[in-house]
Amino acid sequence: MTARVRFADVAVGTELPPASFPLARVDLVRYAGASGDFNVIHWNERVATSVGLPNVIAHGMLTMAEAIRVVTDWVGDPGAVVEYAVRFTRPVVVPDDDRGALLEVGAKVTELLDDNCVKVVITASSQGQTVLGKAQAIVRLA
Amino acid sequence: MALNPDFIGRMYPASEPYLVGREKIREFATALGDRNPVYFDVEAANGFGYADLIAPPTFVISLTLKASSSVVHDPELGLDYSRVVHAEQQFSYTRPIMAGDELVVRTSIDNVRTVAGNDMLTTKAIIATVAGEQVATATSVLVSRGADA
Repeated sequence: MTARVRFADVAVGTELPPASFPLARVDLVRYAGASGDFNVIHWNERVATSVGLPNVIAHGMLTMAEAIRVVTDWVGDPGAVVEYAVRFTRPVVVPDDDRGALLEVGAKVTELLDDNCVKVVITASSQGQTVLGKAQAIVRLA
Repeated sequence: MALNPDFIGRMYPASEPYLVGREKIREFATALGDRNPVYFDVEAANGFGYADLIAPPTFVISLTLKASSSVVHDPELGLDYSRVVHAEQQFSYTRPIMAGDELVVRTSIDNVRTVAGNDMLTTKAIIATVAGEQVATATSVLVSRGADA
């Protein structure tokens, strides 16, 4: 495990480079196949709206997977992630058009821990609304 | 319908071994649009000190989802799966999952409770190699929205 960010180079408040991730219907279908999660609300508008959703929604786990990329792209080595937790507070609604939804992710260091680890708090939003709550990771730096 | 509280603490037998393949890791990373070379290029993974490709952090879910399927659909538990939403997810990693790993999942039910008419189920999964080396744990909270909630 070799993170390319040194513990000595970060402080509480260090911001990670933000990123945004487009999520179109095709991305949901591809994720369903790769993960094995074929829940119909992630690809069928008729079923999604029949259970009270505004439209097809992204898999919570796809949102979670994209959000941690802000951390893994920063450290280089995804194996540096020791812990990762989120609450799914609001769904990412994915309209049936060419653009789909946009997930916007930011993160910053909030705590310095033992063993060169830091706590990183992640924010994720779509259409201006927060979609993850209490999203945080513990990352071991070099 | 309230969940059956007798299920708290219930442990399920280990899942069938899952052999992690390089192409599955590449497929999963491609689905995320994530081009990190440690997911695609063995030499790049070696450069980070790994013997083979490693999997993205949330890849764990594709194993635990499969393993917990019989749990969440157990009629005696009483979870209305058509109303279920994923409320919380937590992973802890001893090390990343790697191509060539042969993994088993042991699922247990940590808690069942009803809050404001919503049934909540907390499951914990321990992911280990067939040789017994623990790799990761995954804790999931599922909520079945009550009809009036």
